[in-house]
Amino acid sequence: MRTRFWRQRTNIISATLTLIASLLLTGCFGNDEEDWNGKNISGLMPELEFDLINSQGKSVSGDDYSGRVRMLFFGFTSCPDVCPTALQKLNQVTSGLDPELQDEVLTLFVSVDPKRDTPERLAKYVDFFGDNIVGLTGKEPQLRELAKRYRTTFGYDEPDADGNYAVSHSSAIYVFDREGNPRLLMRPDLSGEEIRHDLAALIQEDA
Amino acid sequence: MSLLDYLLPYDFSPLTVLSYMLVMGFYGVGLIRMPDQDRPGSLRIFAFTLGVLICYAVMQTRFDYYAQYMFFVHRGQHLILHHIGPILIALSNPLPVMRFWFEKIRPGWRRALRPLGWVYQVLQQPFIALFLFVGLIYFWLWPSIHFDAMLSRELYWVMNWSMLLDGLLFWWLIFDPRPPAITSSLGYGRRMLVLAAAGVLQMFLGAWIVFSRDMVYDVYEVCGRAWPLDPEVDQLLGGMLTYIPPAMMSILGILLMLRRAMHQDGKYTNQSKQLEETAS
Repeated sequence: MRTRFWRQRTNIISATLTLIASLLLTGCFGNDEEDWNGKNISGLMPELEFDLINSQGKSVSGDDYSGRVRMLFFGFTSCPDVCPTALQKLNQVTSGLDPELQDEVLTLFVSVDPKRDTPERLAKYVDFFGDNIVGLTGKEPQLRELAKRYRTTFGYDEPDADGNYAVSHSSAIYVFDREGNPRLLMRPDLSGEEIRHDLAALIQEDA
Repeated sequence: MSLLDYLLPYDFSPLTVLSYMLVMGFYGVGLIRMPDQDRPGSLRIFAFTLGVLICYAVMQTRFDYYAQYMFFVHRGQHLILHHIGPILIALSNPLPVMRFWFEKIRPGWRRALRPLGWVYQVLQQPFIALFLFVGLIYFWLWPSIHFDAMLSRELYWVMNWSMLLDGLLFWWLIFDPRPPAITSSLGYGRRMLVLAAAGVLQMFLGAWIVFSRDMVYDVYEVCGRAWPLDPEVDQLLGGMLTYIPPAMMSILGILLMLRRAMHQDGKYTNQSKQLEETAS
């Protein structure tokens, strides 16, 4: 009896399920109000938190830089192309903002190569890329923890005869708002103009 | 890295570890306590344990790290969670152990559990089961959803658990050892049809990934790979893991069903005729 009951209703049930599934799908594809160029990551990731040392060798946490829109970027100072290009772009982006907005943005450059990147070396490196940038690093477990928190990783290649080695790392820029909530993920192929548009919107949104 | 680092979870999930411990615990205690004549043979116990262990291994060891940062390892993880693990568990037929524990539940509780049985019956309608099985693969591999799932820890766990649970439901429906002639399990013809449809639909998706010239899943590019592998090679390998093994498993499943159907041909027809005669 019961099997017949279910058999008769199979069509209705499956039609309903199809409908629900397609509604869920379209819900996922809906856009939010703001037209971001970066990928919206609100709610996908935890708020900004870390336990690292800055380029003066002092230990710092996420709260030390709160109140500003922050761009988190992983790299290393011996990086041949990805890091300098990205940092150069971010420097152009921030210096192209209205003067009163410029101090509202901070770039956090996290070196994942603590063996070579001493705080002094890091300080020299980030100073080259403007004022609104902070160099951070830490012990490898601290860096692993931070990378894991933002669903990324890094790895070291075998050193060559001169002891140089490449480091694989995330190429994305993670953007956090003033409260430290994760907001946007910038792919490296975005133009400076596109990044600037998003940043300006984020700064002005809760000013 | 020491051996221990490879065996310990990359992203520790207490709920996952607890679930696996409970499953193995109930299975083991059930085996010891149940009457000798009901106890499954050693091959079946081995198949069950192996199925559970490989699912645990891809979720709670270093394997999970590589699955998070390499597309093809991720496809391998889902191949185990959605296919190989559940197939081994279903073929091991843990029904006697489950029946043993079910009889231990108090009648009042059994009545309270009945709605769960209804949900189960709905999910095991062949069309719905097929829709869920293939739909989940397409859903989690939809590029924008896949991107989010790899970025969000919560979504990532939902993804892996939904694949495992649906894999168990689906392959149990297919490999249900109870003969359909005398029980309510799905008929062999329908089982084979569902398997064929699932195979073809997975081949479409796999072929699309394999033959895509663009990067479809760039989250691994954005967030860094576990080691520097050419992105196109990664996508190609991942596509092949989506394309070939699931198709082969559908065909193997169909052959197994054919074999069972041929073995049982005529075995139950006389019996059911007799039953009808005595009933009338």
